[in-house]
Amino acid sequence: MANVLVNAPKTARKGDTVEIKALIMHPMETGFRPGANGRIIPRNIIEDFSATWNGREVFRMKMSSAIAANPFVSFFTVATESGTIALRWSGDEGFVAEHRVAITVT
Amino acid sequence: MKSSRRQFLACAAGVTLLPFAAEATSADLAAAIKAVTGSADLRTGKVTLEIPPIVENGNTVPMTVTVESPMTTDDYVKAIHVFNEKNPQPHVFNAWLSPANGKAQVGTRIKLADTQKIVAIAETSKGEFWTASAEVIVTIAACIEDIT
Repeated sequence: MANVLVNAPKTARKGDTVEIKALIMHPMETGFRPGANGRIIPRNIIEDFSATWNGREVFRMKMSSAIAANPFVSFFTVATESGTIALRWSGDEGFVAEHRVAITVT
Repeated sequence: MKSSRRQFLACAAGVTLLPFAAEATSADLAAAIKAVTGSADLRTGKVTLEIPPIVENGNTVPMTVTVESPMTTDDYVKAIHVFNEKNPQPHVFNAWLSPANGKAQVGTRIKLADTQKIVAIAETSKGEFWTASAEVIVTIAACIEDIT
């Protein structure tokens, strides 16, 4: 459903700090703009973003209307063990998207 | 583009109307910062806020916040908060970190409705608050009209 682009290393050495970049397609409608009919377009944004490594939360972010359309987030995390990094976005109008990437730690 | 003149006018109208629209004032910014820091001191330093000083298009402005921290269990950055001065509301984002991050750096892209100040605040595990701010000149504001 939602288009997601995630850039994370496939392999890492144990203890290395790896960068994870995530981009998701979303209008991020602010709720402050009038539409063609002069009425305010209702807010439709992603509010919560979180990342878990094998179920353990490593990053969490709360977004506001000030985040640009198609939100991009980059953050770092320490490679601990092989497994899955799960990224989850949720927001207005029941929006939920999840993306998983596998990583091998040696 | 067929309707470019119309779009330009819509944009121009939006920009001139902006001062009358809901807009975060410096008081809102101060209140939003106070809500995060409480009574703790806010000190300048340790935080690096990377954002272009002049932005042509306020709709997507790349920014990166980096905090100097060893990121160990004794001393790490708990949270990074970013605020703006003149968008309709003062919050940009809050990010929560832990020693599992290894490096206290968060990057994203934001919208700016006007030439304004951006403030980044880092909260450490020791309860300290460090801040950095940057002035950004926006030549074309995030257009408040829906012209698509």
